[in-house]
Amino acid sequence: MKKILLIPILLSALAFFTLFAFRDSSLGGPKPDADNVGLKLPEGFGALKVADIGAKARHLVVTPQGIIYVKLARVKEEKGIIVLKENSEGKAQVTGGFGNYGGTGIYMKDGYLYASSNKEVFRYKLNEKNEVIDPNNPETIVKGLKMGRQHETKSLVMDNDGNIYVNIGVPSNSCQEQDRGLRSPGIPGCPLLDSAAGIWQFKKDKLNQSYSEGVRYATGLRNVVGLDWNQQNNQLYVMQHGRDNLNSAWPELYNTKESAELPAECLYALKKGDNAGWPFMYYDGIQGKKIVAPEYGGNKKKEADPKYLDPVVAFPAHMAPNGLLFYTGKMFPEKYRNGAFIAFHGSWNRAPEPQKGFFVAFQPFKDGKPSGEWEIFADNFAGTPEKAAMNKADHRPCGLAQGADGSLYVTDDSKGTIYRIVYSKK
Amino acid sequence: MNRVLMILLILTTGGIKLSAQTKGKNAPAAKSQVVTGAVMANGKKIYGQYCLACHMADGGGVPNMNPPLSKTSHVLGDKERLIKVILNGLATGEEIDGETYTNIMPPHNFLKDQEIADVLSYVRNSFGNKAGGISVGEVKAIRAKNIKK
Ligand code: HEC
Repeated sequence: MKKILLIPILLSALAFFTLFAFRDSSLGGPKPDADNVGLKLPEGFGALKVADIGAKARHLVVTPQGIIYVKLARVKEEKGIIVLKENSEGKAQVTGGFGNYGGTGIYMKDGYLYASSNKEVFRYKLNEKNEVIDPNNPETIVKGLKMGRQHETKSLVMDNDGNIYVNIGVPSNSCQEQDRGLRSPGIPGCPLLDSAAGIWQFKKDKLNQSYSEGVRYATGLRNVVGLDWNQQNNQLYVMQHGRDNLNSAWPELYNTKESAELPAECLYALKKGDNAGWPFMYYDGIQGKKIVAPEYGGNKKKEADPKYLDPVVAFPAHMAPNGLLFYTGKMFPEKYRNGAFIAFHGSWNRAPEPQKGFFVAFQPFKDGKPSGEWEIFADNFAGTPEKAAMNKADHRPCGLAQGADGSLYVTDDSKGTIYRIVYSKK
Repeated sequence: MNRVLMILLILTTGGIKLSAQTKGKNAPAAKSQVVTGAVMANGKKIYGQYCLACHMADGGGVPNMNPPLSKTSHVLGDKERLIKVILNGLATGEEIDGETYTNIMPPHNFLKDQEIADVLSYVRNSFGNKAGGISVGEVKAIRAKNIKK
């Protein structure tokens, strides 16, 4: 009798001890580099360089075992996914790679690693250590998606009900007869919307799906790169890349300053059937209004049909949001819990005005709603403000991931630097 | 395979450049278009209005999106190709000095012959470039050929 009692006591003591030891090692965890890898961060935060992979690093996955899977925009030495392994100091070595296709999307869920080319979604079974078992024989989950020259990437995310959400960007700026052409009108009804400019929903465990098996979950989204499933609201959130060229296509309506500040880069909370209005309208973040696009009879003032979805947050124009992550970790202070980090890759379509972006922003959330103003969280990926202004950035933030300890990983698709941001204030 | 093509490309464009240079030296002055201050000033104005948004003020372009116009083999090379890019735009996504660009360039056939000549002469003599100017006559001839197709 006594012996039987002793076992659970011993077991719980052991559990307590390992928990304690684990906590201790996480407190002593990776230390920031002396220069925070050149980043400007809020007080108490630091950054370390996990690795430099010298390739166009897009989205990434970090496993609890310290394996990092990075999706490359373009294949390097026949590898489109790079595998790294971290040591106890948080520095990682490339241990291999697989997947002979370029792309952006990568996501881990329920024992599988999902990754996308610019036309397909594949998945790889993982073992209990989250290692890919058979890197040369992935299953094809989705195929035959449209891909144009622009907005070709297929970012992806999953919900908790067996669905996968894939962005299909539209190879057009504003559905003009002559794309980006001077005073070229919009194509009536924009037929491109049937197979692009939206988020499509597929089953995450069903093979060889394409448009006929998928659902156009939300439409009127020109291009989405950063997207995430908000676990608190159980809802899909996406960051749209807003349209360009208001001045160069419509110089009589928009001067270069207005063109640099319009339209807003929008965060949308999506429900099935939503329509965000591209190409018929854009969101003017300065007026806080949905405005009819000049290609479809707009004059910079005329308001669009109210049926189109309103953004939940509007950011300055053209900053190119490439990563979105709702923070659920415990390492960062309370303020960051359930809020959104957004990686802004940096603008080009603001010239001759100075370019903007090249930072990771933070939007606080409270009870599932944006609460308060967004702020710049990690700045100076560009190297200097001058380099940012001139579009000569050294690094461009793209993908975001949360480590098991709650640190924030950021990729750079210019030089392939992988950053890890930690909070070290007690 | 790609690498072989690239080397061939570099060799041929290099060859063209070399022969153009030697020709330039021997040819009578009237034959190579002189790029005057007035041409540069007008070219700069047109560049600012129609090209800068994508190719940037310093001709540096945007990585992966819009190609640079500084010291690239095409910009310094064949004039006919350059004039056609302005008239017809470009959306082939072909490699330019080893990189590809995802954006498209819309046609700029609404520009007058003089404007195209000036903007290209400006581009070929800015951003560190040094190459012969392009004349109104050359643009006119290529536009005529271009329309017939
Ligand atoms: C909407 C953006 C845009 C505008 C405006 C634009 N371009 Fe371009 N340009 C591009 C893109 C993108 C390419 C490459 C297209 C491709 O690779 O298919 C290009 C290609 C070129 C090339 C060929 C480069 C090479 O090395 O082959 C030249 C020359 C050029 N542009 C000059 C100009 C000039 C001069 C203007 C103004 C009259 C202009 N562009 C306006 C986007 C633009």
